[in-house]
Amino acid sequence: MERGVAKTWRSANARYNLTGVQCTNCKTAYFPPRMVCAKCGRDTKMVEKKFSGRGVIYSYTRIFVPPHDFTEEAPYTVAIIRLEEGPLVEGHLVDGKKPEIGASVRAVFRRMYTEGSEGLIHYHFKFEIV
Amino acid sequence: MSGILGYGVYIPAYRIKTEEIARVWQDDASSIEGSLHMKEKSVPGNDEDTATISVEAARRAVYHSGIDPKEIGAVYVGSESHPYAVKPTATIVAEAIEAGNDLTAADLEFACKAGTAAIQMAMGLVDSGMIKYGVAVGSDTSQGRPGDALEYTASAGGGAFVIGKRKEEVIAEILKTVSYTSDTPDFWRREGASFPSHGGRFTGDPSYFRHIANATTMLLDATGTTPKDFAYAVFHQPNGKFPLAVAKQLGFTEEQVRPGLITPLIGNTYSGCSLIGLAAVLDIARPGDKILVTSFGSGAGSDSFAIEVTPNIESKRQRLVRVSDAINRNKVYVDYAMYLKHRNSIRKW
Amino acid sequence: MREVAVIGVGLTKFGDRWEAGIKDLAAEAGLAALEDAKIISSEIEALYGGIMSSGRFTDQEHFAALLADQIGLKHISAVRVENACASGGSAFRLGYMAVASGMHDIVVVGGVEKMTDVTVNEATTALGGAGDQEWELSQGITFPGLYALMARRHMHDYGTTQEQLASVAVKNHGNALANKYAQFHRKITIDDVMKSKMIADPLKLLDCSSICDGAAAVVLAPMEIAKKYTDTPIKVAGSAQVGDTLRLASRDSLTGIAATRIAADKALAQAGVERKDIDLAEVHDCFTIAEVMGVEDLGFYNKGEAAKAIAEGETMIDGKLPVNTSGGLKGCGHPVGATGVKQVVEVVEQLRGDAGARQVNGAEIGLTHNVGGSGATVVVHVFRRAD
Repeated sequence: MERGVAKTWRSANARYNLTGVQCTNCKTAYFPPRMVCAKCGRDTKMVEKKFSGRGVIYSYTRIFVPPHDFTEEAPYTVAIIRLEEGPLVEGHLVDGKKPEIGASVRAVFRRMYTEGSEGLIHYHFKFEIV
Repeated sequence: MSGILGYGVYIPAYRIKTEEIARVWQDDASSIEGSLHMKEKSVPGNDEDTATISVEAARRAVYHSGIDPKEIGAVYVGSESHPYAVKPTATIVAEAIEAGNDLTAADLEFACKAGTAAIQMAMGLVDSGMIKYGVAVGSDTSQGRPGDALEYTASAGGGAFVIGKRKEEVIAEILKTVSYTSDTPDFWRREGASFPSHGGRFTGDPSYFRHIANATTMLLDATGTTPKDFAYAVFHQPNGKFPLAVAKQLGFTEEQVRPGLITPLIGNTYSGCSLIGLAAVLDIARPGDKILVTSFGSGAGSDSFAIEVTPNIESKRQRLVRVSDAINRNKVYVDYAMYLKHRNSIRKW
Repeated sequence: MREVAVIGVGLTKFGDRWEAGIKDLAAEAGLAALEDAKIISSEIEALYGGIMSSGRFTDQEHFAALLADQIGLKHISAVRVENACASGGSAFRLGYMAVASGMHDIVVVGGVEKMTDVTVNEATTALGGAGDQEWELSQGITFPGLYALMARRHMHDYGTTQEQLASVAVKNHGNALANKYAQFHRKITIDDVMKSKMIADPLKLLDCSSICDGAAAVVLAPMEIAKKYTDTPIKVAGSAQVGDTLRLASRDSLTGIAATRIAADKALAQAGVERKDIDLAEVHDCFTIAEVMGVEDLGFYNKGEAAKAIAEGETMIDGKLPVNTSGGLKGCGHPVGATGVKQVVEVVEQLRGDAGARQVNGAEIGLTHNVGGSGATVVVHVFRRAD
């Protein structure tokens, strides 16, 4: 579907570099970035936090029936990763290696989808099984 | 003069064998392997392009160099397969290496030598004092027309170099660089065309050999050196055969060229080619070793560099992803049908 | 607060309703409910309509006003309610609150979705909006994908098998055979489920509820006047709605839906009944794994023990705890906005003793469980006979 260009641009740093936030009080790290700590509420500050990209597979699936923007990409494998800093994050697994719960991964930089042949190309972190 | 602070390469995991391509076109695989000195080439994943390859290589280079990416003042990406015709790859790379916004960036195109042109431009800015660090990338997901001889070699990969001049940071000093350039139409791709065209055997003597030989000779003259003074020599490698032939013609030995000869393993990565060859040599070079690099880009031109390795190279190696590791990590072989799917070349309408 | 009763129910046939537009569907169910309640239109004061995405599916927004007009209700308060797949349950709860508070006396609650006027990819995209668009759908993670991620972890942690999941589909399709409003009237086997097309590994086509069309409606009245309209008013004994993070990965667990547990505790406490008193439950089985997690989180089974019990028949109509006697979302189809209201219709029919071949003998107390998204909204209601 055609849409404005700002939608992913505004979160490019998070999408390219796995940059989230951390609560200055309880030190809980969050991805994606959020304004308020889920534990401490409004009484604390959140600061930028760059994640290492290392983690393990917590769950995974292979998607055969995609949403509109992903018809060229399907089928593809997505996982929920337990990052070494704590939070769970969803992301694609690349290069067709067979996933297993508990397998170690590292973040890589890949194309997420393209808006047809003339639209924008969207880039994103994904995960590679190491 | 400025030098190399760190480098990184990236090669996609996928491979297709020469014999698999030959099977489809009913060519004789062994004679092609013999004439090109190539058994397989890298293929980009269906979610990889010049931007993603450039980012992976640049991230490795920045990590290897140990610099603060916020101090990078220029990012140049050389490629003949930029994902956008208009909209820079370099800005994607700059964002993805967290270089901040206080920098200049641009995409370059000069067939297979845009990567070395990027290095020269970064050197100019560093040496003039305009910037502290520059990042130069050469990377491609090159296209060979199905059934054309180029299809056996056109592959995907990239290399990135961090350029700076603080002595304590430089792992290899660039002693001198010269270029030889002429208007020679040996290979081209028009705006909007999916595949490049080329002049067949015209790409040989008047193009590849003439430009590399002239640039290299100019460099040797300018530095007062002879081939014997160099531990290693890297020449642009469109296949496994040309660089050995041009080396012999110039008086270099096969032993000087072999360590930097990567195309037989992964194919011709175009703008990435000379950079990956140089990286492979730096992986094993010792302090004091001199390295000669001469690139070639159709259209046509050659950039030639004389480089001397410094003692800093040893301590930084623990942060390095070696070319051999980048090539051999979990390789996945694809057949021709999957290769077409990866290249998004299957018509669905 | 006043006691509230359901005095009328209505359904459309669920399925590929090529001949019916969204207005036709909503009117068909709405009129059936008014007819069942034997109510005069002028007595109705308000309408709450549960619709997930009439905009994405049919380009029609502002739907509640349109519906009120279609069923002949002039100048009433009409509100559209959107809580993804829990839109119907959420609308029902608002209707209940409106009557309980004394604000309104007679209220109509409807739920409808017309999903077959768009392609499967478009419907998948629209449904994906039930999750976190910015981080889930934007990475191509579909709605089946989210439940597949939950299923995979449930299988890993508790040894749940794909065959056990398939038994949910087999049971619910079996129940649907006796429901004339259900989309599917086809007996299926474990093997059929296992061999069906993969949608999001490990969930196959027959593990998923269908994209289809349908509508449901009920009429609510204060208990003190309910007997005027029906001999068998069904009391809304407990009502609870609980939220959670929209994004699955923001939660502590993937193997259950915390909001279900909390909502069940609240609704049961309000009703003053215990889990063992429940005679039947309509549980949100948008995917087979959802019913497994649903009966666990509702507290009918310990975590990890439901799949085996379902496979062994404990939740069949003649079992210990009949679940999804209507056929559930699996057997009836899942026109998203209609589902939460359809669950109420089934429990009301069961408690009235009108469920025919699906009847649970002596049913007195029933429960509905309606989930939005991957668990960000859960609505639980408890009903009991009031005659």
